[in-house]
Amino acid sequence: MSMASVDIVAAGRIRRVRRRARVVLALLALLVTGFALTLMLGQSFTPPGDVIRVLMGHDVPGATFTVGQLRLPRAVLAVLAGLSFGLGGAAFQIMLRNPLASPDIIGISSGASAAAVFAIVVLRLDGAAVSIFAVAAGLGVALTIYGLSWRNGVAGARLILVGIGVSAMLDSFISYVLVRAPAWDLQEAMRWLTGSVNGARLGQSLPILISLLIFGGLLMSRSRDLQALRLGDDSAAALGTHVTRTRVMVIIAAVGLIAVATAVTGPIAFVAFLSAPIAARIFGSEGSLLIPAALVGAVLVLAGDYVGQFLLPSRYPVGVVTGALGAPYLIFLIVRAHRSGA
Amino acid sequence: MATDAALVLRSSRSRVFWLALVLAVLVALCAGSVAIGTRSVSWSEIWAALAGRVDTVGQAAVAARIPRTLMALLAGAALGLSGAIMQGITRNPLADPGILGVNMGASLAIAVGVAWFGITTANAYIWVAILGAGFTAVFVYVIGSLGRGGATPLKLALAGVATSVAFASLVIAVVLTRGDIAGGIRQWQVGGVGGATFARLSVVLPFLVAGFLISMATARKLNSLALGDELAAGLGERVALARAMAALGAILLCGATTAICGPIGFVGLIVPHLCRLLFGVDHRWLLPFSALVGAALLTCADIAGRLIARPNELDVGIVTAFIGAPFFIWIVRRQKVREL
Repeated sequence: MSMASVDIVAAGRIRRVRRRARVVLALLALLVTGFALTLMLGQSFTPPGDVIRVLMGHDVPGATFTVGQLRLPRAVLAVLAGLSFGLGGAAFQIMLRNPLASPDIIGISSGASAAAVFAIVVLRLDGAAVSIFAVAAGLGVALTIYGLSWRNGVAGARLILVGIGVSAMLDSFISYVLVRAPAWDLQEAMRWLTGSVNGARLGQSLPILISLLIFGGLLMSRSRDLQALRLGDDSAAALGTHVTRTRVMVIIAAVGLIAVATAVTGPIAFVAFLSAPIAARIFGSEGSLLIPAALVGAVLVLAGDYVGQFLLPSRYPVGVVTGALGAPYLIFLIVRAHRSGA
Repeated sequence: MATDAALVLRSSRSRVFWLALVLAVLVALCAGSVAIGTRSVSWSEIWAALAGRVDTVGQAAVAARIPRTLMALLAGAALGLSGAIMQGITRNPLADPGILGVNMGASLAIAVGVAWFGITTANAYIWVAILGAGFTAVFVYVIGSLGRGGATPLKLALAGVATSVAFASLVIAVVLTRGDIAGGIRQWQVGGVGGATFARLSVVLPFLVAGFLISMATARKLNSLALGDELAAGLGERVALARAMAALGAILLCGATTAICGPIGFVGLIVPHLCRLLFGVDHRWLLPFSALVGAALLTCADIAGRLIARPNELDVGIVTAFIGAPFFIWIVRRQKVREL
């Protein structure tokens, strides 16, 4: 190879890296703008100056309650949950090399949700205990699905179908717990069935923040190995990746992210499923999709919640909006994937 | 040849045996469904209620269980039969009116009809539901059969599940705008037979009877289709017509059932598989047996739903999903990956 062609390759590489950086910055800017807008807009408009003063801790008549007590906790929860779902979903999709293998389709979100609702309604737990319960159940479901779809190796199609079955079962368990609950509350039921950030309190976001730091960090530290898994197990092993160890770490991290967020917001429909494919579309499929997918997830939940609250004829939980958005995309994916014969 | 004759004789004898057994189970379940419930009642109250008296609370409870039992029988038979037909038409082991999204389509159609077009009569419910079911069936089938390889089980199941989720979201979106009907949101998402009355039964009955008759008439055609489209055409079967006719029967059955009970899944999946194991693959036997076993299964699930969540009731749709999902996984595991 001549020096000139090496230069061309290097130049192309630099261009791609710069493009990636630009896209990530653009997504970040979009997220920050969206966050700022949701603090200002609502039933009434709050000027940016008032919002900033509330955030600084000053007492602004009227704005302190709407911004500080209602909009801020809600927006923070939406962003953190979106980051978790986007990150966890992308990790599963990359690891299993199939966009359909996202935790909300194969039942892991349902498992976490079922455990959370059981812990809250039947065992009367709250706070961190619920999160731990949800993570344990998420891991259990992941293990079960993996085991059930095992037959001389795990085939993607079988894993997805087994996951759909497990998911149906867990959803009916959620309905069972809700029926047994002493007080039937529509809003609460919606949370555990489709996901919602209604009634958010700042304290609720803390476990999600911690889980993002721990599990998100774990996932990021495995980013290179996860990237290698995309080439297939054998190639990844040849490149020096411990395939099994990487898998186990990635599953723990991704399930942790999904489950802790689900324990607070419920399984917000299809955010985990949609984020990485949308990120890949903006971003190109090269390079690690984890950070872009997390950002896309946060934007989706934030925007979906705003749309559900203010732009539709009635107030909807965010899961209804993302659910209505995600299902056509799922159909599109089925049509397209099979046209190319994949 | 002699052994063939013996085989046929034996299998028809065993069919008669199974038929008697299923009927006996069905009668026992009917008795159980009337006697067992959230409220415990004495035998004398049951007899009095069966004789038409509703003087005490217990007698009234039993009197309410009679139409409910009939509804469970009819709905179960309709769903079992329509599942058998859907599996026959698509030659797909995972076909079921619930999994393919057809029930949710019917439910969405009713929700839209009630919220936006103000339909109120049970008759209108049924027509709208059948329309919704038919549209959804075509939609899912078209999506599932696009691309290479036609309608594989995986593609059909995914298309059905995706459609189901989308429609469930839309049902919430439609129903939540109407405070007056939002309280009953569960009934649009999870089916049950708790609200059955004789008046509703009499409205739905003609549709179900029509569905049963059309379905039974297609048994022979489904047998030809089972050989594959080319062979069936070679035998002189008009393949497209046979499919359309069988589909019409199945859609009438599950649409009308969903109109009265809401979406109930997995009955149509489990029942035909069980029946195929017990009675063989001949649709002339498979279809009637699927109807009977479906009736038994749904009645049994309904009784279970009344017992496990005391003092509340569990909608039968929740119970069938809980029994049906492991069955679904079992079928998935049995299939070779290549076919999926």
